[in-house]
Amino acid sequence: MSTTSGVVTGEFAQGKPPLDPGAKRKSLHDGSGRRAAVLIAPTIVLLAIVILYPVVTAVSQSFTKDAGLDPATGLFVEGGFAGVANYKLWLLQDCGSGAFSCPPGTLGSQFWTSTGVTFLFTVVAVSLETLLGLVFALVMNRNFKGRGILRASVLVPWAIPTAVTAKLWYFIFAYDGIANKVLGTNILWTGDGWPPKAAIIIADTWKTAPFMALLILAGLQVIDGGVYEASKMDGASAWQRFRFITLPLVRPALMVAVLFRTLDTLRMYDLPKILTGGAGDTSTLSMLVVDQVRSGFNAASALSTLTFLIVFAVAFIFIKFLGANVTEQRAPKTKKAG
Amino acid sequence: MFGKSMLSRKVTFAAAAAATGVLVLSACGGGGDDGGSATDAAAAGAATGPITYVQGKDNSNIVQPAIDKWNAAHPDEKVTLKEQTDQADQQHDDLVQNFQAKNADYDVVSVDNIWTSEFAAKGWLQPLTGDYALDTSTLLPATVTAETYNKTLFAGPTSSDGGLLYYRKDLVPTPPKSWDELMSMCDIATQNGIDCYAGQYAQYEGLTVNVAEAINTFGGSILSEDGKTATLDTPEAKKGLDALVKGFADGDIPKQATTYQEEQGRQSFEDGKLLFLRNWPYVYSLAKTDGSSTVKDTFGVAVLPGDGDGKPGASSLGGHAAGISVYSDHKKTALEFIKFLQSEEIQNDWLTQGSAAPVIASLYDDPALVEQFPYLPELKTSIENAVPRPVTPFYPAVTKAIQDNAFSALSGSKTTDAALTDMQAAVQNAISGGQ
Repeated sequence: MSTTSGVVTGEFAQGKPPLDPGAKRKSLHDGSGRRAAVLIAPTIVLLAIVILYPVVTAVSQSFTKDAGLDPATGLFVEGGFAGVANYKLWLLQDCGSGAFSCPPGTLGSQFWTSTGVTFLFTVVAVSLETLLGLVFALVMNRNFKGRGILRASVLVPWAIPTAVTAKLWYFIFAYDGIANKVLGTNILWTGDGWPPKAAIIIADTWKTAPFMALLILAGLQVIDGGVYEASKMDGASAWQRFRFITLPLVRPALMVAVLFRTLDTLRMYDLPKILTGGAGDTSTLSMLVVDQVRSGFNAASALSTLTFLIVFAVAFIFIKFLGANVTEQRAPKTKKAG
Repeated sequence: MFGKSMLSRKVTFAAAAAATGVLVLSACGGGGDDGGSATDAAAAGAATGPITYVQGKDNSNIVQPAIDKWNAAHPDEKVTLKEQTDQADQQHDDLVQNFQAKNADYDVVSVDNIWTSEFAAKGWLQPLTGDYALDTSTLLPATVTAETYNKTLFAGPTSSDGGLLYYRKDLVPTPPKSWDELMSMCDIATQNGIDCYAGQYAQYEGLTVNVAEAINTFGGSILSEDGKTATLDTPEAKKGLDALVKGFADGDIPKQATTYQEEQGRQSFEDGKLLFLRNWPYVYSLAKTDGSSTVKDTFGVAVLPGDGDGKPGASSLGGHAAGISVYSDHKKTALEFIKFLQSEEIQNDWLTQGSAAPVIASLYDDPALVEQFPYLPELKTSIENAVPRPVTPFYPAVTKAIQDNAFSALSGSKTTDAALTDMQAAVQNAISGGQ
């Protein structure tokens, strides 16, 4: 309100004739293209330097061989053009003598395992987080005494830095740790097999379910209370109100939350790095990239390009899928309103 | 609504990215300037002048006092300390970045002995030959071997470390001399309801240390002498890894030891739940003084057990060395400073003030020091028999090959033979990288 009136006063103050709106709009329109270009230029230039340049460099590096050792001098020499060898290393696990020639214990042999485990973490952890986040959000959305305290305390895990969280869970999951004491088990949580994977999923869910809850809560709060009242009058049960009112109306917010968490989990690094260090096949794609950086930048560039493509594909599918949902869900809404 | 909020989010991201970008760029600018002055390094040659010494965080505060001593005696060649973080990986990456930027401000760098050959092969370290030759006759030989790549010394050892066998002298009067003897004593542990033996078997660098020790102790090796062939397909290597695998299978090494790093094993030993522990010398003073330690007066220290031929076990070698950056403008001062760090005075200070294992053999026999650090004679034997971890510029890939496959063998998901076959192939693949 105040801004609008401010603009109006400003226009009058400049002494513009109030009775010539058409001409004014035209002149504004004429210059706006160039002016916009000038105004946007710094951003475009910065984006080109910050985003375009590194991406192009990484992609071109990924077609270069890593430095090799000159047997005569014992010194590293530049690798030269590699073609798609770096991509074959990851996608075909080709260490130089045909597909699947990378022996276990090389980074090349780990690409598909890492991709698999990254997606496993993503699917399981994000599902759990969504479920828990929804429950938290529904509780936090109600009116009761101490709601402020509850909201604040739910957010605590999310506010703790991931590295600290990971170290906390590392102690909890130690052999002599609380997890085994409470459960009365002797599970090697950071050893081999399923326990390290479960440990990472539990720790990640604990940490990020509050974030989910926060985003969903924002979605819940924009739902008009009148809709619930009306449906109550029509005799809808609590479940029906949830199923046919809350869920469809909170869906856009929910989908954004799921998208954010999915992309976040796909690039998970610090939690598994500190909690398990990759033991029991828990190396995520990001961990693989960092390990490879220490052995050779160019193969690492190929790997990070692949990781980027994977994450991009997931995001693309999601947004397509999201868009479909948003339009689909509008129809029943208007039907209901009518 | 939804589309709009996405758009505004994108704009925010872009703004944030742009802001970060400015920071990154300005940081790069700084690096570039340093690179410029480095081009004159060759011309400057062996000049003297102020230098910077770069090393990881000085947790026990022993480095600055040493530098103060040097600065008092050399007012025209002052040394400045640049501390890195206390994380080894980050120290390594910081050095790589500064070498790539040809930073002349990193004159003398402290390198973990597993990094020396990588930096040497990249051409970043000044070979210590000719005008830069270093007298190594007073040093423990293994510490020198660890810094020697391609028959050339590239860094001067400044601290060392070797594994020790901690044992409960109330339960075992005489420590075992061989691995078989140690395993036969595990009945004593069973009778007392405690675990028998543990080292560091979680999947991290400590696993390479322990597996290399086992293989070297039984006469095997990981790489050939010239570092060009993997040598894990030998009966000796199999004996070494088998000893550990069998220990796990029989329960003499508790299965939770596959999650042990240094600290978990120390905790278990101090709680009185472990009969034998393989660990570094730092455990000694902690087990003696920790309030929670139940073994203060009941533990002893011995050398690592051998394979039964009378020789002690072959410890893996820890420790750091100081190298001279090829981009340094004041290499003459840098060399003198390294000699100063290796001097008896500083090595003695570092031992008494920070419990750092000296690289000079004679200090281990000093009666006053032995009184203060009763484990010194055992530590000397340990380091004298120590074998450096594989000296190769491809160390990161080699240690990964060892860790992944050894971990599979110890946790029982692979047989010793399969693990060694894979380890051999993976190590060979690692060291022939880029050929």
